[in-house]
Amino acid sequence: MRVPVRPDPERTPLPAPNSATEADVAGTPVDPTDEQAVTAATDAALAALAAATDLDELKTTQQRFVGDKSPLALANRAIGALDKSQKATAGKLVGAARGRVTKALAARRAELEQQHEQQVLAAETVDVTLPGDRHPRGARSPITALTDRVCDVFVAMGWEIAEGPELEAEWLNFDGLNFPPDHPARAEADTFYIGDVGDGRKPEDRPGGTGMVLRTHTSPVQLRSMLTRTPPIYVLCPGRAFRTDEMDSTHTPVFHQFEGLAIDRHLSMAHLRGTLDHFARAMFGAEARTRFRPHFFPFTEPSAEVDVWFPGKKGGPGWVEWGGCGMVDPNVLIAGGIDPTEWSGFAFGMGIERTLMFSRGVGDMRDLVDGDVRFTVGFDDPARRAG
Amino acid sequence: MRVALSWLAEYVDLPAAPTPAAQAELVADKLVSLGFEVDGIDIPGGEPDPIAGPLLVGRVLQIEELTEFKKPIRFVTVDIGPGNGPDGSDGPRGIICGATNFVVDDLVVVTPPGTVLPGGFEIASRKTYGRISDGMICAADEVGIGTDHSGILVLGNVSEPPADGSPLPSPGADAAPLIGVGDPVIDVSIETDRGYAMSLRGLGRELAAGFERPYRDPAGRDTGVSSPAGGYPVRIDAPDGCARFVALSVSGTDPNAASPWWIRRRLTSAGIRSISLAVDVTNLVMLELGNPLHAYDAATLSGPIVVRPAGSDRTVRTLDGAERALQPDDLLITDDSGPIGLAGVMGGEATEISGSTTEVLIEAASFDAPSISRTSRRLRLTSEASKRFERSVDPEVAGAAADRAAELIIAYGGGTVTGRTDVRSSTETVGPQPIAFAVAEAERLAGRPYSLDTVVRRLREVGCVVTAADQATREIPQGTTTLTVLPPSWRPDLTRPADLVEEIARLESYDTIEPVLPQAPAGRGYTGRQRRLRAVSDDLAAAGLVETLTFPFFGDADLDRLEVPADDIRRRRVTVANPLDAQRPYLRTTLLPGLLDAMGRNLSRGNRDVSLFEIGQVFLPKFGAPTMPELPADRRPTDGQLAVLDAALPDQPRRVAAVLTGEWDRSGWWGRGRPADWADVIELGKRIGRVSGTQLTPVPVQRAPFHPGRAAELRIGNWPVGIAGELHPRVLESLGLPARSVALELTLDTIPEPEPPSPPVVSAFPPVRVDLALTVPDGVPAGEVAAALRAGAGPLLESVRLFDLFTGDQVQAGHHSLAFALVVRATDRTLTAAEANEVRDAAAAEAARRHATSVRA
Repeated sequence: MRVPVRPDPERTPLPAPNSATEADVAGTPVDPTDEQAVTAATDAALAALAAATDLDELKTTQQRFVGDKSPLALANRAIGALDKSQKATAGKLVGAARGRVTKALAARRAELEQQHEQQVLAAETVDVTLPGDRHPRGARSPITALTDRVCDVFVAMGWEIAEGPELEAEWLNFDGLNFPPDHPARAEADTFYIGDVGDGRKPEDRPGGTGMVLRTHTSPVQLRSMLTRTPPIYVLCPGRAFRTDEMDSTHTPVFHQFEGLAIDRHLSMAHLRGTLDHFARAMFGAEARTRFRPHFFPFTEPSAEVDVWFPGKKGGPGWVEWGGCGMVDPNVLIAGGIDPTEWSGFAFGMGIERTLMFSRGVGDMRDLVDGDVRFTVGFDDPARRAG
Repeated sequence: MRVALSWLAEYVDLPAAPTPAAQAELVADKLVSLGFEVDGIDIPGGEPDPIAGPLLVGRVLQIEELTEFKKPIRFVTVDIGPGNGPDGSDGPRGIICGATNFVVDDLVVVTPPGTVLPGGFEIASRKTYGRISDGMICAADEVGIGTDHSGILVLGNVSEPPADGSPLPSPGADAAPLIGVGDPVIDVSIETDRGYAMSLRGLGRELAAGFERPYRDPAGRDTGVSSPAGGYPVRIDAPDGCARFVALSVSGTDPNAASPWWIRRRLTSAGIRSISLAVDVTNLVMLELGNPLHAYDAATLSGPIVVRPAGSDRTVRTLDGAERALQPDDLLITDDSGPIGLAGVMGGEATEISGSTTEVLIEAASFDAPSISRTSRRLRLTSEASKRFERSVDPEVAGAAADRAAELIIAYGGGTVTGRTDVRSSTETVGPQPIAFAVAEAERLAGRPYSLDTVVRRLREVGCVVTAADQATREIPQGTTTLTVLPPSWRPDLTRPADLVEEIARLESYDTIEPVLPQAPAGRGYTGRQRRLRAVSDDLAAAGLVETLTFPFFGDADLDRLEVPADDIRRRRVTVANPLDAQRPYLRTTLLPGLLDAMGRNLSRGNRDVSLFEIGQVFLPKFGAPTMPELPADRRPTDGQLAVLDAALPDQPRRVAAVLTGEWDRSGWWGRGRPADWADVIELGKRIGRVSGTQLTPVPVQRAPFHPGRAAELRIGNWPVGIAGELHPRVLESLGLPARSVALELTLDTIPEPEPPSPPVVSAFPPVRVDLALTVPDGVPAGEVAAALRAGAGPLLESVRLFDLFTGDQVQAGHHSLAFALVVRATDRTLTAAEANEVRDAAAAEAARRHATSVRA
């Protein structure tokens, strides 16, 4: 196979056959009554047609042996001048001869046309391994892609997606979530506080501070959902959160999580377990399962940490700590305007970055933060959405 | 906290297992299921690097000091029991030893030749320092029970038997169990809400409940310590900082008394160094009962002990010799001389126990958890005491802890208790309050039934006093539906029914709760804005851009580099009070600095032809916003209060930004590529508009950091949505980005949710295509000419597309030529050429009217 370095931009057209000159084609007249001569002329024509090697030659041959000035055409024309007695015989003889030649011409033309087409297509063959990346695809961030996937799972269960501001009232981030005033998470060593909201007031004019923080979790959205919706409530709250951790391979001050909140009559830890088991199977396959370990969180009681087991975990099948969960603390329900004697609810929360690390084997948190296109494009997986 | 299995076994019968390691695993698993984190299990001298061969108790018979060497070397004659002498004899062995912390008749740990110590270190009989050393006398680190190498292990002395009359081991006895070799140590993390578990007492109680076995409470032992009145004077001048202060005076104790081996072994297993009898005892009792103690040299105290806030005191010298700077609300222990200790964190240097202390004052106090936590964090000074106080300490155990300490000091150092002070804060401390508990609450929250018997038993196991409601008797009649539950003093976290449910559910194990998938009401799916967000992200990725999420922080220098003017609205911003990077204390008002930063990082790593986008919130101050209201946490805020809360928060609209550098269409074997230019990025902006369901119109604009002649504001009608165009050449140069790089930033949230478009009417009749070349005065935007054509052409015009643009000699000065392809088509008939030409002429006429264009021949 001949491989052209640069294929022709368009398909090569079939070349028009050259036309021959009059002189080339003027044949020797044949006596239409001379059977031997007619046969000889016929054989000569057939031989010439068979000898034509391409369509150009065939055209010339056609003019010489089939055209108006060809021996057989001249013989045919000469029949008109013959005796009536000779006309029939000669007509039959020359007619048969011309028929054979015409038929042979058509057959040869078909052959040569096919041959020509094959040659042209062969000549147009390209190297299909040449790259065609004139305009490559971009990529979604693994973080937003996985968030989409998680949202899809919960939307499929009938849940809705709730969002809220990243700069949040301290009340929504802490007080309303049952964090006592002295809780260590409120320390400046953990939480970004807002010193000035740019509204023209000086910090010294606000002895109590601005009352605003960069939210340390997406739980304020849970509280906002309680305040603005009426039960039953089933919402998933994905988003960004902030803690004053220095960046390293397993920490980032800006991270992403998703939290779920369900409030209904008769909800219990059994429903929390059922929801997280289903979620784990949707994310990590039919064999995935979860287990709960007792833990403490201000906003849930009873509380647990949830571990997930699945066969495809990076490093082999096993348990890995996934997030926190529990029954919504009655104080939080009260702050959210929900009667804890009539309604109960559960909540859970997991980190997107952490989930990517253990499910997809991201070894260094900084790869998720730096925005190096080699990482993001290499991770891109639009159909799976990073799950 | 590190706890030895053998120590735990004093308070609860642990389940049997084939090996100590297996037993430790059982205990660790139980602790995890009870809600503790187990950081690891160490087996001293055991797996993975076990001691092979005997460790024997040896009695030092004779010590010969070898003085000809640079360091002290002893040749020690040791009796290691019958049959363990040289060649199986009963005689002693001679061993070379570099330690000096032992005397004749001491009992030591000897490894005879043949024993292999951790690290593959095989003991052999060998000649060293001119003698045959026939074994080794071991230090703690050599047998894997600790890190101490300052001296050899001394288990006791035959001529000074233990004061408590306990028997000493005989030479030749197996030393391994005596020193803790093979006794697993479990490292448990204690969360902040479980302060009571930071002791053997607490963990023992948990395990007893977990294994459903009897519990022996070490605080319930009779110490035999009498409590004479008239103790050392103590005053609490910080009623909220100190709930209780017990001071026990022990007089006439031997300052040189050594801690018995069992105390040192316990401390070693917990990772605490042995210091002196009095200090070791305070540490041991802290581990045992959870109440950190402090021992003062009473002879160094002057005047009453006063617990008070630091106030105007500026410093205290702690017993580690450091001068600690104080804040006014730090809690201090003081006497007439001034500060003598940082309450609950670390004692002071001036009053600590010394080698001559005979008068010991034992402090057993309860300090306020948040106060201790604050001081400890601020000074970055964490001690075993502060770790316990910040998790809260049972105020009722102080008496037992002081008694226990006195008992041990007197048992091993002699002396008598001469006085006892027990002061409580003047503030009415709210102790445990009874909780009315509906038995069914456990099932309601946990989702599985628990019998009345189980509920009562589990609550009693954690220390609650449980009675049937309104009855004082211990008997709970069957059928009782409501209980009165009084939590124990060490569980301040138990205040509500939900807290009790957690105790029952966790002790019965969360694993016994069968999962049930709840049926949420049918949902409405994603909102329009959520669908739009995903559509835009997916579309930009498909268009060739890579999504990046950048930190939302910036500094003045970032906007300076973008040549954003001083009075620009983007300079009005929200400031973080405690930023990680002092150079970037503000919250972004534009996505561009972060995205340009990420672009720079990519280019510096050698990536080329990079196009990035980000979707994220910006933070825009509201002038004249109300201040954040103070809201109560014990009830729902009113709608009015919530409205003020939201009004106080800065605006946080969601934006999309993109930066394109290098080739948009790449070079390759097909020929040269094409760089991303202003037209690409404006088209990208319009494309985002289309995906969002609207049509964005570009209007020329001059705004940093864009090229003043190559940027467009994108609008819906007259409403600006954002900006797109080429970045200013100076900005690109200062950022080190390729020339002609382009960018856009749009506020997605300003784009209204559109009405769904009505379906287009598609005609099946043939189109008529007519071209129209116009001479257009310079400065008239092509978009407006096209709009005029559309307006003039009327309903028969199907589409108009600019296909050529040129200037030059063929066009009159001050003008340029625009060539449009018009497709004209009717929905009900085939148009004639004449009809099509009428449409074209009408279009041209409107363009001429609006913009003084003329038709080129």
